[in-house]
Amino acid sequence: MARIEVNHIRHSYLPNPQKDSDFALREVHHTFEDGGAYALLGPSGCGKTTLLNIISGLLHPSHGKLLFNGRDVTNLSTQERNIAQVFQFPVIYDTMTVYDNLAFPLRNRRVPEADVDRKVRETLDMIDLASMANRKARGLTADQKQKISLGRGLVRSDVNAILFDEPLTVIDPHMKWVLRSQLKQLHRRFGYTMVYVTHDQTEALTFADQVVVMYDGGIVQIGTPAELFERPRHTFVGYFIGSPGMNVLPVALEGRTATLGAQRIELPGVPKAEAGTVELGIRPEYVRLGREGMAVQVSKVEDVGRHKVVRANLEGREIAAVIGEDDEVPADAKVRFDPAGINIYADSWRVEMGV
Amino acid sequence: MEKTWNNKAWFLVLPVLVLVAFSAVIPLMTVVNYSVQDTFGNNVFFWAGTEWFEELLASDRFWEAMVRNLIFSFIILAIEVPLGIFIALNMPKKGWGVPVCLVLMALPLLIPWNVVGTIWQVFGRNDIGLLGYYVNALGLDYNYVQDPFDAWVTVIIMDVWHWTSLVVLLCYAGLVSIPDAFYQAAKIDGASRWAVFRYIQLPKMQRVLLIAVLLRFMDSFMIYTEPFVVTGGGPGNSTTFLSIDLVKTALGQFDLGPAAAMSLVYFLIILLLSWVFYTVMTNYDAER
Repeated sequence: MARIEVNHIRHSYLPNPQKDSDFALREVHHTFEDGGAYALLGPSGCGKTTLLNIISGLLHPSHGKLLFNGRDVTNLSTQERNIAQVFQFPVIYDTMTVYDNLAFPLRNRRVPEADVDRKVRETLDMIDLASMANRKARGLTADQKQKISLGRGLVRSDVNAILFDEPLTVIDPHMKWVLRSQLKQLHRRFGYTMVYVTHDQTEALTFADQVVVMYDGGIVQIGTPAELFERPRHTFVGYFIGSPGMNVLPVALEGRTATLGAQRIELPGVPKAEAGTVELGIRPEYVRLGREGMAVQVSKVEDVGRHKVVRANLEGREIAAVIGEDDEVPADAKVRFDPAGINIYADSWRVEMGV
Repeated sequence: MEKTWNNKAWFLVLPVLVLVAFSAVIPLMTVVNYSVQDTFGNNVFFWAGTEWFEELLASDRFWEAMVRNLIFSFIILAIEVPLGIFIALNMPKKGWGVPVCLVLMALPLLIPWNVVGTIWQVFGRNDIGLLGYYVNALGLDYNYVQDPFDAWVTVIIMDVWHWTSLVVLLCYAGLVSIPDAFYQAAKIDGASRWAVFRYIQLPKMQRVLLIAVLLRFMDSFMIYTEPFVVTGGGPGNSTTFLSIDLVKTALGQFDLGPAAAMSLVYFLIILLLSWVFYTVMTNYDAER
């Protein structure tokens, strides 16, 4: 296991990058602590797979350094880095049995056959495929194949880290849940450093202790799931995490008060905002619907099961509010913003509020 | 709605039946007709029964041509398949090299067969041919017109030149369809170059290789034009393959009965091979 330092790494797929937009990875500077479970979360094309491939050595970064436990590994090959990686689509060796698939990475490293056997049997038990050891891998279902891919990573107990590149994309929903909790268990039992790339917020939030949110080639926020929910550092994090995403409304500031059209909203503190576009962000969970507050026109009520999502119009802006499953929407509905859930953004970045 | 039950729809199939009858069934039946009769010309035929078949199966000439043909097929497969795989593995996967290589590879396949024969006929001549002249100039005694071994070498090199591209193109198609993730996973798993070939590339090429092997086998088993143009089946009978033998019998000696019998046996062999091909392919698919 290793502590992985990503030291000012930039990467471009172009031979001569000039502008910032030429970079798939603008600049990432972050340390993945030994034994941590991290999720890299972001939309398609934000650079998360690029970052992962740089860590595993499949890509060589255009700029910057990569350190494992303080040792510079930037110029080492994938093999020398001793990393396990699980890909989006299951990669299995068709002609081999399940057993041989798992033994493959060990045999390639000339591990004595007795150790291979012990390790493979352990891993088969871990991923719950012991009964299929002698089956040809080709005939298995997608999730069994993905378990094999996973197993090939786990079988090498000395790896520096295990990287996952959207590993559950092809898996059925109920199996996703099972596999995810198995991964979580393995992490707790063996303390692997795990980095998990996904664009699915549920996956990221349930898997990781620390979620790294990426957007447009850079890291916008690193935090626990709760931090990402309560205090999104960037409006993108607000939109991207949560269902529905955060309401972001353009406001004018005046001391402790924010003005939205004709409405005045009391803030929990005085924002330290300089010039720039100022926005107020509030999650639908903190919008209170009732008979008091700012008048809204309700346009739609969506019942999503455990709660309802109310879509309404406030001063010409669409906002969403979450209410309880049994709550009624009043005829002349009004909304209040819970001060605990109010965040202020200047040019899309969150600003602190003083007292 | 009430369904109408009658057989009128069969009339819609009639054009196809007529077409197949004229293009395949009737010509084949004339061959069957010849194969059981004897003629001395003037359209006078005598019943011969299975005589021609018995004669054919007992004739050394037929079996020698057959053995020659099998040896030829075996040799060209043993050269073209490994060579084709090797070239395909070394072809670029992206960039400007791809169209260049593909066009170069496709060129021999686009040349008409008798032209290929003519090219090599001239190329190998030791008076004016580039190859023949310089090989002799190097001190090697090379003369495909007189030496059976040289004739074989020429015919085999010609076939390799003409058809290896087909194996290359099929293998290449199989190779480029392998997702990058497989190569990345192999790197992660620490696989050697040989292991990548053995466990990733070869299994993924298996299907196209099967097609390549069977196509090349059947084609080489029916080969006629190129060796006929180069050697005319000689020297002696040393490069007389089945189809050349057949044409000699039918058109050279005008022995219609024996030639027809030989055609049918030849046809049955090809039919058998097609059946094997089909069975292997479908079994392979069922296994997937």
